[in-house]
Amino acid sequence: MQTVTLKVSYAPFVRSSDSIEKVMYNVAIALAPATVLSIYFFGWRALVLTILSVVSCIGFEWAVDKIRGREQTAALDGSAFVTGLLLALNVPSSLPYWMLIIGAFVAIVISKHLFGGLGYNIFNPALVARVFLLISFPVAMTNWPVPFGVDMETAASPLGVLKTDGVAAIQDISLWHMSFGQIGGSIGETSAIALVLGALWLLFNRYITLTIPLSFILTTFGFTGIFYLLDPLHYASPIFHVLTGGLLLGAFFMATDMVTSPIALRGQLLFGFGCGLLTAIIRLWGGYPEGVSFAILIMNALVPLIDSWDLSDKKQKAKEEAK
Amino acid sequence: MKTFKIGGIHPPENKLTEGNSIEVLPIPSELAIPLLQHLGKPAKPVVKAGQRVKKGELIGEADGFISANVHATTSGTIKAIKSHPHPGGQYAPTVFLESDGQDEWLDGCNTEPQDWQSFSKEDILNRIKAAGVVGMGGAGFPTNVKLAPPKDKVIDTVILNGAECEPFLTSDHRLMVEEPEGIIEGLKIITSLFSTPVKAYVGVEANKKDAIEALAKYASSYNFEVVQLETKYPQGAEKQLINSITGRKIQEGELPFDKGCIVNNVGTAFAVYEAVCKNKPLIERVVTVSGIEIQAKKNLKVIIGTMFSDIISACGNIPGTVNQVISGGPMMGKAQYSFEASIIKTSSGILFINNEGLDTSRERTCIRCGKCVEACPQELQPWLFTNLAQRREFDELPAYGLFNCTECGSCTYVCPSKREIVHWIKYSKAIVNNRKKRKSA
Repeated sequence: MQTVTLKVSYAPFVRSSDSIEKVMYNVAIALAPATVLSIYFFGWRALVLTILSVVSCIGFEWAVDKIRGREQTAALDGSAFVTGLLLALNVPSSLPYWMLIIGAFVAIVISKHLFGGLGYNIFNPALVARVFLLISFPVAMTNWPVPFGVDMETAASPLGVLKTDGVAAIQDISLWHMSFGQIGGSIGETSAIALVLGALWLLFNRYITLTIPLSFILTTFGFTGIFYLLDPLHYASPIFHVLTGGLLLGAFFMATDMVTSPIALRGQLLFGFGCGLLTAIIRLWGGYPEGVSFAILIMNALVPLIDSWDLSDKKQKAKEEAK
Repeated sequence: MKTFKIGGIHPPENKLTEGNSIEVLPIPSELAIPLLQHLGKPAKPVVKAGQRVKKGELIGEADGFISANVHATTSGTIKAIKSHPHPGGQYAPTVFLESDGQDEWLDGCNTEPQDWQSFSKEDILNRIKAAGVVGMGGAGFPTNVKLAPPKDKVIDTVILNGAECEPFLTSDHRLMVEEPEGIIEGLKIITSLFSTPVKAYVGVEANKKDAIEALAKYASSYNFEVVQLETKYPQGAEKQLINSITGRKIQEGELPFDKGCIVNNVGTAFAVYEAVCKNKPLIERVVTVSGIEIQAKKNLKVIIGTMFSDIISACGNIPGTVNQVISGGPMMGKAQYSFEASIIKTSSGILFINNEGLDTSRERTCIRCGKCVEACPQELQPWLFTNLAQRREFDELPAYGLFNCTECGSCTYVCPSKREIVHWIKYSKAIVNNRKKRKSA
């Protein structure tokens, strides 16, 4: 009889083709429409920022993996790629390059690896970086180039206009411009259509579910809607709130980050609701015109609590059943 | 089409042998018959080296309540009783039998089918017990024990399990196509054991249309229902099958009879029929020999104790690309370390696979994607078990339903980080059980 070297391992002996890489690069594919459209709107500078962001995130990931004695292939597992992409989409296209590199450092080194690396980070790295930049460089981070603008012509974002000039000033922004994205804002947040297209890709391939985005968006819509109905002269319409700022980008691509959102359905609903409520509160009464980043980060911090609330319930159930 | 409500996956079915009729493997010259063929204690050997035995003669006697008889599977001489590689992975006491080539039956065994209607219930149960019938779907629980639930349990549902949800395996499928009459006769015998009115079902996955047809032909002569089930893993797991067919849910710590159900594999029903009507002990079974890698894919009728090496020579040499030999299906089977291990009553298949392509070499961190939660048919949190076990917080696990895990492997199948979730769960169960034992000692 022939000799065969047998390998002994654990069942199951078949595995799905899913992998971290597949998950991450699918998120990147889903962000492609928004990225491409942003380059169309904001020109080559948006492209350079995007590439720079992705490359520096992967570079920092590689360096930290090396220092931590981890496999360097982790730098190409797609997670740093997605973080870099999200970071670029969350800054204005006029941002100085060196600031963006600081952002990439904050995202990968501080927000991700100081917490333990992929899977252990409590906060969404791209959002931490964005908020870090916003607080450190408030002028550069709220200086929005106009789409198709010449010579870096800038204007306030619709939410900024709303904050400083009131509802009357935003009446002439057309619904089409808000949906297509022809408004001031971060590189990737302006086009609702492109973002929804990408989100459909993720939903269709089951990388995300509707639970978090829907509860997030509906809560913001409902909460701002109540105040709009009460006093339309002082509060903007809920449709305006959904289509402007980073709400769609945040709801579909940042709040759904697997690592930093709850696992169970009930927890996800609560998480989305919290994000939506905080976003609306910050936008209506906060010091900043935009509240999505803060809302998601605050809810990120509550995820361990939400999870343990969900699990304590399961634990109780298991005990009762055991009796 | 019916199915269970929660979780489940759909791995590639790979039923490569579904059209291959059952072939009979010639009797090998030497057999290694393990005395452990079932859940519980190994059987007590009742033969000595040098003794001649006939086919069907008792060689191992059930040792205790949960144990089962083991019989000689051909005629010949007992060579030795010694420890030997077992397909379950451990070493087990094994009877070596040298075939005399006569294949001569013990008197009174394997008779013409008798009418069982005249037998008493005790008689039927005794025949099943004597024949060493155990659950052939995988667990190997002694059937006579299963069919005699405690008096206070009211049984209203008898289910035959023909789901065969594991990829590759087709042994139950072929048996249903080729021996439907015996299976249904077995079902009748099983239902006759209960004094309460019983509804009988055979659950078959939708990818076995010919088996459903073959069984449905008998539905006119006898009142039972062939239930077409969605092709979804683990459809054939006892708890999921009960949920699919009756909608009932077996809670943690409960057994099927707590919810009025008795579930048997179709192969077991056939063995019950042969044991009761023909007085034929359980000495052979259908085994699927398959795998992408090998040419000769077959459904073989094999006598218990046939060593894997004999099956391999009958199927021609295996290509060098094969690096794993699995006893059972790819989801819950056991990787073999020796070709000397042999077929036992619960061996549903032997798979020859190459898993070089599987990236199982390194576990990566949990990215909390929740796919395992979605896939788990038992509503558990597989990721949590793994994370807690890796932090060595084993005592935390039972409260989250550790022992409600059926080890079906769905979580591990879907995990994008290729984490060995089931392995960690099995490991944790062993640790927790050991600690419990030490505490009570």
